[in-house]
This record gives sequence, structure tokens and C-alpha cells, in this order.
Amino acid sequence: MLHIKDLHAGVEEKEILKGIDLDVKPGEVHAIMGPNGSGKSTLASVIAGKEEFEIIKGDLEFEGEDISELDPEERAHKGLFLSFQYPVEIPGVSVTNFVKTAINETRKAKGQKDMPAGEMLKKIKEKADLLEIDRKFLSRSLNEGFSGGEKKRNEIFQLAMLEPKLAILDETDSGLDIDALKVVANGVNKLKSKDNAVIVITHYQRLLDYIVPDYVHVLMGGKIVKSGNKELAKELEAKGYDWIKEELV
Amino acid sequence: MSLKDKLVSSYIAFEDHLEDDSPIHDLRNDAIKVFEEKGFPSKKEEAWKYTSLNALLKNDYSVFPSNKSSLELKDVRKYFLHEIDTYKLVFVDGVYNSFLSETTHDSLDVCLLSSALNKTKYKAVIDAYFNKTAVKESLTSLNTAFAKEGAYIHIPKNKEVEKPIEIINFSTGSEAAVLLQPRNLVVVGENAHVQIIERHQSLNGNQVLTNSVTEIFAEKRAYVDFYKIQNDAHTASLIDSTYVSQEQESHCRVHTFSFGGKLTRNNLNFYQKGERCDSTLNGITIIEGKQHVDHNTLVHHIAPNCESHQDYKGIFDENATGVFNGKVYVEKDAQKLDAFQQNNNILVSDKASINSKPQLEIFADDVRCSHGCTIGQLDEDAMFYLQSRGIGKKEARALLMYAFANNVLEGVKIPELKARINKLIANKIGVSLGFAL
Repeated sequence: MLHIKDLHAGVEEKEILKGIDLDVKPGEVHAIMGPNGSGKSTLASVIAGKEEFEIIKGDLEFEGEDISELDPEERAHKGLFLSFQYPVEIPGVSVTNFVKTAINETRKAKGQKDMPAGEMLKKIKEKADLLEIDRKFLSRSLNEGFSGGEKKRNEIFQLAMLEPKLAILDETDSGLDIDALKVVANGVNKLKSKDNAVIVITHYQRLLDYIVPDYVHVLMGGKIVKSGNKELAKELEAKGYDWIKEELV
Repeated sequence: MSLKDKLVSSYIAFEDHLEDDSPIHDLRNDAIKVFEEKGFPSKKEEAWKYTSLNALLKNDYSVFPSNKSSLELKDVRKYFLHEIDTYKLVFVDGVYNSFLSETTHDSLDVCLLSSALNKTKYKAVIDAYFNKTAVKESLTSLNTAFAKEGAYIHIPKNKEVEKPIEIINFSTGSEAAVLLQPRNLVVVGENAHVQIIERHQSLNGNQVLTNSVTEIFAEKRAYVDFYKIQNDAHTASLIDSTYVSQEQESHCRVHTFSFGGKLTRNNLNFYQKGERCDSTLNGITIIEGKQHVDHNTLVHHIAPNCESHQDYKGIFDENATGVFNGKVYVEKDAQKLDAFQQNNNILVSDKASINSKPQLEIFADDVRCSHGCTIGQLDEDAMFYLQSRGIGKKEARALLMYAFANNVLEGVKIPELKARINKLIANKIGVSLGFAL
């Protein structure tokens, strides 16, 4: 599904990603862990197509197609989704209206008609229930005055509504208390199928107790320095990152 | 002959035609003297540093336009807030149009300044209020000298006016260049409430220069909401001078929506004379092409325990230029004051510009005054967020601009008007979004 090979990317002259290799297949859950400043969020942004990052060299393919030159919205139309660490506030535009716009813009790009209102409402209700989201919440302005937890839950609500093929969750656990974390993780698990995939980016192992990864990768200094299964995450939690650094030396 | 000379010499003929016992005869004579002495403002004056009238003053304006054309309601209906019932004062080329208007004398006066100036029963009000807030500035003085027609609105004590009042000035383009000088007087009695919508609309591509003056008096505990819709043709220019005088515990809010016109200058002056007054000055400016909008505001705090809120948002595209010059003047007795001023701007194009200048003069020692100003581009992180949700660049930009201006729109208390302005904004930004704004 996602094929990344020897990917180097950065901002202006500064190289942040220094040769990433990553393959994600349908049905898989990958976790990317690493200390602060290792390039985790950059990797998420580069996959999603943030303009300020430049790909210096390497391959970035999604479903067999080179997506490195596509605009973020074109990548979204193909089924990529990034859950933001810091979602942006959009005053005056309700959660519902925003989600409707996002869905219909994607449909438009695919040459489809707008989703019928009845179907849309039904879907909104279903996904809001899944994530235990109050109906009143949906009529509030997008992210405006939301708590950290509400913002993250709203991100996952959008994920549920847009049903992407590949979802990248960037630090979705930060700002969540344990109850909210369980709800969010439960939502993600229910949305998982053999046809879609998830990349979980996180500092801590905590989220991985609930969204169990098939693979765990450690990102350090812009490179994936170690890969393993879920046991690796536990080891990192117990021992920190220093032992990997030592191992590398 | 320069426009100034033409106006001064026209004045003599104009005054000859008026009855000698006009209650404002002396005011007029004084006013023309002020104009004659000061002339039109130039860029040498601090308050006009970024706005030049020179190009406009070169036109050979007809000072007393003839009212030859008649308007059909169907042609101009869209300019009215026709979704709801309103009082209407409609002027066509400076002349009252009774067919399009809906006036009243039933428990409140919504009528013509010309009749108020001529009928003795209004004399007491005219004597008490007319030209009492207007400063001796040259353009206001010019308007005073030629003051003849406009809206006269008098809301008596305790009256809550349910229907909004619309003041619409049409110009039909019957002459190549026209100077219009409407003069409005609004007196809102103690504990009375009123909502007013004002609009200037040019219907043809002729050169129109409107030098409008409005005086608003809010007595104790009065509530006034005044909406200015400035969405005129690219050949029409407007200099609007509005003076608001507030007594104790009155609430006055002026919302200015500047979406069109060649040159627009808003001189908005608030005077808080009584304690616990509340003033709100809000504006959204969205312009492009070579349009120019200049907001020159003054809030003069005289009495203690008052509040004032200013929030102006501007979006400038192409070669558009904007000015925000906001002055807050706090006299030494105006203690325990809370004055807030905010001016945020987005420059969409590299060629657009804005000059923003907050001015605070504070002579009291126990006050809270804050001001802030930002000039920037659309936030790239926000753009990326929207695009990553599948929303195209153009729509994402529109959504962000809408979000940027939104909080000012929240202040519009007439739902039908709010919907109209929403639509105007969507049109200005140039997209139809996937939902009704």
C-alpha cells in the first residue's frame, strides 16, 4: 500500500529524513516511535504532502503510484489521512459542516455527486456514537475552544467519516486521559479492516496497549534504526532510547 | 474651476433658494466658511496621509443632480432587505423617492430631514441635536453647508422599534459625475432600541462621490445597532463621517462591511459622555482590484466606567490598499475604563497593502486599554490541515478567510442581514462552499 524507499527530505537546506525505508501492507498496523526531534512528525507531513518539506531523493509510492508531486488534497482523495498532533481552529465552521465539505470535495474529485443528506446524517450519527461524541459537539466551531482531548477525538471522528485506506495518527495519544485514550483506540480498532492500514506515531508505548501494532519502528536522527514487533515497544518503554543509541555505536 | 471654488460659488445660489428662517441658516453660513478656509483634505494632513482624494476631485461633479430617472422596484429590490418587513428611506440621486420608501410617524418618526428642517414641530429637536456632534472638519462642514436631505429618525423614550430601518441612497447615473451629500440625523430616546441599515448604491458606471454625514444621539440606556453595507460599484466613492454621542448606560454598535467601491473613507467617531456606556466598532473589509478602504476611528472616553470594543478585519487581494487608523482618547475623568482595539489583516497578494496605526492617548491612570494589530498571509499550517482533508486549495483559502472574518459577523443581530452578508462574503471570496454559510 505504502512504499517508501531511501527517502531523504527536509526544509530548505536542512535534511531531516536521511534515508527512510518503510513498507505498509493492507491490514497492517505500524508504530513509529522515537525521541523528540527524530523526524517522526516530519515523516507524517512528508507522506501527507506538506509543502514546506522538500523531497531530496527516494521513492514515495501509494498503491503503486508515485505521490511525491501530488498536492495534499490529491493524496487525501486517494485515501491518505493524517490525524494532526495540533489540529487547526476554524471559527464559524461547524464540525458537521467541515466534515460534509471534506467528504463532498473528495467525492467531487472522484467525479461523484454529493453524498445525499440523509445518508450523511446517518453516517455522522453512527460514527459519533462509535466515538462517544455528543451531538452538541458536532455543531461547535471546528476545534475552537476544544480541549486537547476533544481535538484528538474530533480528528478520529474525521478519520471515521472519511474512511481512508491509510491513516497516520500523529501523537494522537498526547493530551488524552486514559478514558479518552480507550475510546479513541477502540474507535480506531473498529475502523480497522484487512483492506486498510494504520501508522501510529507516538512517544509512548501507552497507546500501543490499545492499538496493537504488527510492527514497531524506531526513528532516530532521520533514519529507522531498529524494527521489531510489539515487544520492542515494551522494551523501549522500560529502557528508554539510550540503549539503542549505544547499540548503534 | 476647481471643485472647491465651484462648491463655494454654488453655495450662494443654493442658500438663496432656501427660506431665510431656516433653523440652520447660521450653521450653514459658518460651515461654508470652514470649508472655504480649509478646503479638501490633502495627504499633508496626518489623518489623510494614506488616502488621497486628488484623483477624485478632478471630476467635474454635478453638485445639484437633476432627478430625471425613475426607478422600478423590481430593478432595485435586491438592494433591500426584502426578506423581512422594514421601514425604508430611499433617496435617488439625492432626492427622496416616496414610491420606494416606507416612512412612519406612528409613535416614532422615520421621515425626511428636509421636512424636519422646514416644519416647526421638529424645530426643538433640530435645535437640540442637529450638528451638535459634528466636528468642524472640512468635509463635514461642506456637508453641513449643503445639508438639505437625508434620514430623520427620532425614537421616543422607551420605544423598542421592532422593524429595522433601511436608509438607501441610489445614484442612477443620469449625469457623468455626481456629488451627493446626504445628511442623516438619528435621535434615540431614553431606553429606546433601534436597528438601522445604511447603504449607498450606484446603479450605473458613472462617477459618484458621496460625502455623507450621520449624527447619532443615544440617550440614557438607549440601544443602537447601525449596519453600514458598502458594496458599491467600482466607480463610486464614499466619504462617510458618522458621529455617535452616547449618554449614560447607552449601547451603540456600528458595523461596517466594506466590500466594494473605488475609494471608501469611514470617519467613525464615538463620544462617551455618560457613565457605563458601551461602544462597539466592528468592520470587515474584503477588497481587490485597485479598491481602497480607509477606516479612521475615534473613541473619545469622557466619563468613567465605560467600555469600548473595536474589531476590524481586512482581506486585501490584487492591488487593493487599506488603512486602519484607530484612535482611543481617554480623558482624565474616564477612570475604570476598558478599551479594546484589534485590527487584523490578511494580504492575499504581494501587491496589496495595509497601513495600520493604533493611537492611544490616555490621561486617566486607572484604565485598561489594549490594542493589537496583525498583518499576515493565510496560515500555511491551516492550509495544509484543510488540504489534507481533501479540500482543494481554493476552497481551503476561502474557508480560512471566512473563518478569519467570522467573529465580526457574529455581532450581526438580524439573521436575514447576517445571511445576506454571509452570501456577499462568499461571493467576494469567489467560491461556493459545500454548505450554506
